[in-house]
Amino acid sequence: MKISYREAMRQAMHEALAGDPRVFLMGEDVGKYGGTYAVSKGFIEEFGPERIRDTPLSELGFVGAGIGAALGGMRPIVEVMTVNFSLLALDQIVNTAAVLRHMSGGQFSVPLVVRMATGAGRQLAAQHSHSLENWYAHIPGIRVLAPATIGDARGMLAPALADPDPVIIFEHAQLYNLEGELADDWQCDIARAAVRREGSQVSVFAYGGCLPKAMQAAAELADAGIDAEVIDLRLLRPLDTETIAASVRKTHRAVVVDEGWKSGSLAAEVVARIVEDCFYDLDAPPVRVCSAEVPIPYARHMEEAALPQPAKIVAAVKELLNA
Amino acid sequence: MEPVPYDKAFAIRLLTDMLRIRRMEEKCAELYGAGKIRGFLHLYIGEEACAVGALHALTAEDNIVATYREHGHALVRGVSMNAIMAEMFGKAAGCSRGRGGSMHLFDSATRFYGGNAIVGGGLPLAVGLALADKMQGIPMVTACFFGDGAVAEGAFHEAMNLAALWKLPVLFCCENNLYGMGTALERAEAQVDLSVKAAGYRMAAAKVDGMDVVAVLEATRLAAGQVRAGAGPFFLEYQTYRFRAHSMFDPELYRDKAEVEKWKERGPLHTFSARLKAEGKLSEKEFLKLDAQAEKEVAAAVDFAERAELESVNDLLTDVYTPAVAP
Ligand SMILES: Cc1ncc(C[n+]2csc(CCOP(=O)(O)OP(=O)(O)O)c2C)c(N)n1
Ligand SMILES: [Mg+2]
Repeated sequence: MKISYREAMRQAMHEALAGDPRVFLMGEDVGKYGGTYAVSKGFIEEFGPERIRDTPLSELGFVGAGIGAALGGMRPIVEVMTVNFSLLALDQIVNTAAVLRHMSGGQFSVPLVVRMATGAGRQLAAQHSHSLENWYAHIPGIRVLAPATIGDARGMLAPALADPDPVIIFEHAQLYNLEGELADDWQCDIARAAVRREGSQVSVFAYGGCLPKAMQAAAELADAGIDAEVIDLRLLRPLDTETIAASVRKTHRAVVVDEGWKSGSLAAEVVARIVEDCFYDLDAPPVRVCSAEVPIPYARHMEEAALPQPAKIVAAVKELLNA
Repeated sequence: MEPVPYDKAFAIRLLTDMLRIRRMEEKCAELYGAGKIRGFLHLYIGEEACAVGALHALTAEDNIVATYREHGHALVRGVSMNAIMAEMFGKAAGCSRGRGGSMHLFDSATRFYGGNAIVGGGLPLAVGLALADKMQGIPMVTACFFGDGAVAEGAFHEAMNLAALWKLPVLFCCENNLYGMGTALERAEAQVDLSVKAAGYRMAAAKVDGMDVVAVLEATRLAAGQVRAGAGPFFLEYQTYRFRAHSMFDPELYRDKAEVEKWKERGPLHTFSARLKAEGKLSEKEFLKLDAQAEKEVAAAVDFAERAELESVNDLLTDVYTPAVAP
């Protein structure tokens, strides 16, 4: 069945709400408005305003309330409109949700799911285009997921809700309109990265909004006779180092694509692990394709130039292979 | 002054709890000097009537959220002095297994949700606990303690608004000791009457003499009763004063000795015991006995903490994530 990423996410949430009375959705405009990205359209009519809870503009307050509700026996899904605004809630996520279990000597786990849109590409300029997944991936105590396919949009929420610890789900805003087949085996193991395309000459690592770009690049490379493997990191914390290393040991070359800025990026972490674990398997130094180190500009051509693009990935691979 | 409205046993219980906090913390200060306790240590000395009065007005099923100045709250709530002392010593037998220290006392058994050292950080958490209770039809109160300093934080205002908007059973317990570290209230707040802030959220509010354990208890009982009855949240200001420095690092440059001495005249321990004596509910001999008992409990706790084991370094990485339960 062909559905959109948005619809897949909606089905996942619907299933969770219908199946467990402890689950509720809370965030700005999730109810009457139908969700900023229309993911929860119709939910308030079906589940009522208690469980589809519109909040005031209080990111710190309602994320913290989500933590408290999780402690109190509920299974909240807290929707933060976008990662940009999550900075106002960073304190609660980093200083409370992530540390509570450890700081209490194992007494209090926080079974909270926070969903947020992320990323650039829609000419929203510098304050609405951040890709800060790596900030969260830096923090022990939370799990960070980035569904990049229809299947993962459908399959990641249930295991995230079953996780006894805080899980952050990043949904790239460019993906909501993505259409594709929902395979029958959409159930997802949130402990593993996924091989999206097998290949033998180079490993291309990507996540979130960059996955379709990496896939497009791989298709173009195939036309040019280059056999690229594409790995969807999808689990950003803890990284699935095993899958990453296995791919590099096979292809001996690595390109890491990341919409974050190169300095201190998740791509840097992936490269570091490749170097630590597979240094002698490498035929060439790993390469990163990241966003230019500039606030994301408004003008279309400038924004495009700032972000990773299929052509940049193709060029990086070709250079790596001296092709 | 009105007579103490409790029977002798309960009145003595209140006095005893204040004494236990006082003697425990005096010992903590000493142990800090000796290097046994490290990190930040914030003493509650002078403010004991707040925790004792407030917590004796609540039930065992209510949720408690506190700050880094929470030794007294934990103790009155029922966390053993041994476990508190061991925590400050960084021992595995501590109430947070030595992972938290003085600022992060936790105890799931008594619904004591910590020990939050981010000023204002506990308030949204309290809102969430109350939300969970309300959604599950559990008629409990979540009492959230915080200082006057927290009132300037966005977290305070967001939490007050959410709690009032959703009519949640939160009792906001503001311990106004007139200073946030070295910053006097009037140097931090445009409106120093903190109870007025609640009006902006159409929340019921009251202020009470936080040096008087009876006043605190009665005001808290009244407020908690309203909250429990479903009237929505309540903001209660305890007007109090800390006799010691903010933490062990504070040279106290920002206030006069005379001011401190003046407040000490209203010290919650001696005023309450004097009152009980005047009413014939306490003799000097009984007082000395209670005091000796408290000292004894402290000595035993220190001994326990001294002898307790350190957690193995091999366990460093445990409890970052919840272990998977065996199927
Ligand atoms: C968000 C935040 N800012 C600053 C600090 C440093 N700090 C710790 S306690 C404190 C004063 C808080 O005063 P108050 O809320 O009145 O509580 P009190 O210490 O008087 O009990 C400050 C500034 C902190 N812990 N958290
Ligand atoms: Mg203060």
